Amino acid sequence: MSDQKLAPMTEPETGALFDADLQQAISRRAAPRRPGPVSNATMFGWRALLKIKHVPEQLFDVVVTPIMFTVMFTYLFGGALAGSTIDYLQFLLPGILAQTVIFTTIYTGVTLNTDISKGIYDRFKSMPIWGPSPLVGAMLGDFLRYTGSSIIVVLIGLLMGFRPEAGLAGVLYSMVLLNVFAFGIGWIFTTLGLLMRTPGTVMTISWIVLMPLTFASNVFVDPATMPGWLQAVVNANPVSHLVSAIRELMAGTATLSGLLLALALPAFITVVFAPLAMVLYRRPR
Amino acid sequence: MTSPLAIETRQLVKVFGTNRAVDGVDLRVPQGTVYGVLGPNGAGKTTTLRMLATLLKPDGGEALVLGHNVATEAAAVRQRISLTGQFASVDEDLTGLENLRLLAGLLGFRRRDGRARAEELLQGFGLAEAAGQQVKYYSGGMRRRLDIAASILVTPDLLFLDEPTTGLDPRSRNQVWDIVRALTRGGTTVLLTTQYLEEADQLAERIAVIDHGRVIAEGTSAELKASVGTSVLHVSVLSADQREPAARVLREQLGIEPYAEADPTALTLQLDDTRHAPRALNALTEADIPLRSFSLGQPSLDEVFMALTGHPAEPETDTMEVTA
Repeated sequence: MSDQKLAPMTEPETGALFDADLQQAISRRAAPRRPGPVSNATMFGWRALLKIKHVPEQLFDVVVTPIMFTVMFTYLFGGALAGSTIDYLQFLLPGILAQTVIFTTIYTGVTLNTDISKGIYDRFKSMPIWGPSPLVGAMLGDFLRYTGSSIIVVLIGLLMGFRPEAGLAGVLYSMVLLNVFAFGIGWIFTTLGLLMRTPGTVMTISWIVLMPLTFASNVFVDPATMPGWLQAVVNANPVSHLVSAIRELMAGTATLSGLLLALALPAFITVVFAPLAMVLYRRPR
Repeated sequence: MTSPLAIETRQLVKVFGTNRAVDGVDLRVPQGTVYGVLGPNGAGKTTTLRMLATLLKPDGGEALVLGHNVATEAAAVRQRISLTGQFASVDEDLTGLENLRLLAGLLGFRRRDGRARAEELLQGFGLAEAAGQQVKYYSGGMRRRLDIAASILVTPDLLFLDEPTTGLDPRSRNQVWDIVRALTRGGTTVLLTTQYLEEADQLAERIAVIDHGRVIAEGTSAELKASVGTSVLHVSVLSADQREPAARVLREQLGIEPYAEADPTALTLQLDDTRHAPRALNALTEADIPLRSFSLGQPSLDEVFMALTGHPAEPETDTMEVTA
């Protein structure tokens, strides 16, 4: 089956199906033992991997956007904002890392919405499988996307001169934190994906939420120079807490309270939106 | 004893807003048969089927599928049924083989068994050559067959097919029919919805005709035909200008208004009593109106639908304009 002949998608010469083969194919087959939730979710994870394999274009944004942002901000504003591009990169890279992964969470909702609109979920829902497994399995694919995009950002950073003081360990801890954070806020986009009519709407609404959230934060500049009211906004922004925690992890100065503060939002969102998403998912249309 | 029922519904209702999409449907589907639900677009066929497949909750009435209540025992129903929806519910980005392997894995097949089962189905359904291609490059007929294959990885006791041949060319349609017939030979009950009267006629042992959310007739194809008028006389004259004189002769002889078909040389009459038909044909010969062909027989299901609902089953064939 693996030989990829350039088979044109036309029917075989004869119209009739071969009777013996057909009879064999429809001969009665008993159901195997019903698999558990983990097995179900793993199959959906496999599906997510296959989709990345067959539609690698979907990773284009994930790869190109962070490269663009890192290069552009560092060389355009770095000198003016921090005195030298190298110093600014040291400040900017953890922020870009957070921004990239947060933007990537949008795909959770868009992918889900696309799937649902194509009717394949009707099949999943009428099968005797563990209900949440399609959603959980899709998240396995998401983890791959989050990790992939953060690796790209870190590599670009290293190439341009970024040097994390806590070394490899700092980078790895940051990635774990990012995955947990993204998993948490991913539930918002899963919910949106289940609510909206078209993938386009999911995308638009997600951007409207995420753009101000990532820009009105400490991703690009130190809020010290901002007007007081904006400082208040930035300091209350959960994205700022995440970025601060990553900076500390990379620098080797992370504190438990800082990490807990960064994880408060995703924890809250999971508690509220995960059950909501499950209700929406089960709701008969 | 009658054979046990695969499906039994009583006054099944589904309301969308102010639209009573399904308005009190009673169905009794015997096990091991092909049962056709026939009706035009929007008649409530798909909604009925989705309720029976546990995808929609009924707003009223009751439905037993293989002895289980769809509202309260959905999981038990799901174990034994399979659904092939109107729009292909396979993953377009994956290959045919990957689609079947994924679903096999979800059903609990082990890796090797799942792959073997998938290949067997692809072989049987004439898809072996396309197994490694992404489904988005499949033709409509191939997609439909993959879709059905995906529904029978484990042979279900009851298979729902929602308009399985809509939009398919005749050859693909015949292939789907072959598959449906093979499945019932194996003991699976098949409930299919269709807009095509020919399809119901060819495949289904019993047919329910649905219009505006209600069952307006039920029975075997022959019973439905018999319930309408006794028989139908088709007459075809040699040229279009002879149709009007022929219609006059037939009207005089039989006292029945002939119906002008889309074909400008064809006339149709619903007869209550076939004995007068030969006399009417003789009168045409005496009036020197030669015939190309004539036939006397049971009405087609198209004519049955027309007689039952007052409108044709297939909106596409609305072009039967009569200009006399």
